[in-house]
Amino acid sequence: MDTQWPLWEVFIQANPGIPHKHAGSVHAADKEMALTNARDVYTRRKEGTSIWVVPSNSIVASNPNDSDMLFDPANDKIYRHPTFYTMPEGAEAI
Amino acid sequence: MTKQEALFKYVLRLADNALVLGHRLSEWSSYAPILEEDLALTNIALDLLGRAQALYKYAAEVEGAGRTEDDLVYKRAERQFLNILLVEQPNGDFAMTIARQIFNSAYELFFLEELSKSKDPTLSALAIKCLKEVRYHWRHAYDWLLRLGDGTEESHERMQRGIDELWMYTGELFEIDEVEMMLIEESIAVDNSSLHERWNKMVTDAIKEATLSRLTDGYMQTGGRNGVHSESLGFILAEMQYLPRAYPDAKW
Repeated sequence: MDTQWPLWEVFIQANPGIPHKHAGSVHAADKEMALTNARDVYTRRKEGTSIWVVPSNSIVASNPNDSDMLFDPANDKIYRHPTFYTMPEGAEAI
Repeated sequence: MTKQEALFKYVLRLADNALVLGHRLSEWSSYAPILEEDLALTNIALDLLGRAQALYKYAAEVEGAGRTEDDLVYKRAERQFLNILLVEQPNGDFAMTIARQIFNSAYELFFLEELSKSKDPTLSALAIKCLKEVRYHWRHAYDWLLRLGDGTEESHERMQRGIDELWMYTGELFEIDEVEMMLIEESIAVDNSSLHERWNKMVTDAIKEATLSRLTDGYMQTGGRNGVHSESLGFILAEMQYLPRAYPDAKW
């Protein structure tokens, strides 16, 4: 029997305006506890300005067995990268 | 008693409260129910130790006798420690620790809010910094109070026992004596007795919300603020002071 509390995935935003990044996971019995646990485990050294917690079982993940089907077809489609444009003079990025 | 002596004793009391509670909470390290809670409790312990260090430093400065913060922590005997009895009480089970946190954090919320208005700039600056930490301490304890009180039959019963056993130590939070009176006149110290009503409401509401009950105020333990402690403090100090007393010149 699994005696652990449910698992939650933790996303931390390091600075305002940038995306929340996956930091790890915590066990918690409810959402308030998940948030405080995430705060205590992942932001003790000023790593964050915002925290999201998501029940791990709410995340829909791709199956590693499907990797060939999902990702390989992109291998030979280099024209999907915007590398065939001539850069205007002085522009560092398009 | 001069104003300087009163201020020294006042700051020392605050420092001893923070040190002893911080030490108690640090005893949970590696024993908490889960890793996440282990970190939560030791985080709170570290907040308290940090506060204690700042206060001891200031106390030493006020005293002006050449003692350092380490001297104050490691070279005083039990009767010279001035912390309230509540903070030295054993951790008990997890619910007992939460009950102690509920009583103390609620008190500190109101206390620090008042202390932040102190005319003593060091104390008021420190109060503003600590208030942020204590808001989190309260939230942590409050969430657990609700969960345990309104949880299973066993958690409810344990939470109730924690509240009942520690209730008689809450009276000391609101005591004042000539130390405070002298400093209240100077707008330096907080009038503890004025916090009682607010504390009462906050704690009673939280306990009710957690489907628990509280005792009516009856006999209250007292003495810690003047160095008369329960048997627990001696054991804490024995552990805390052993190394610097056995090896006085030891350096990290």
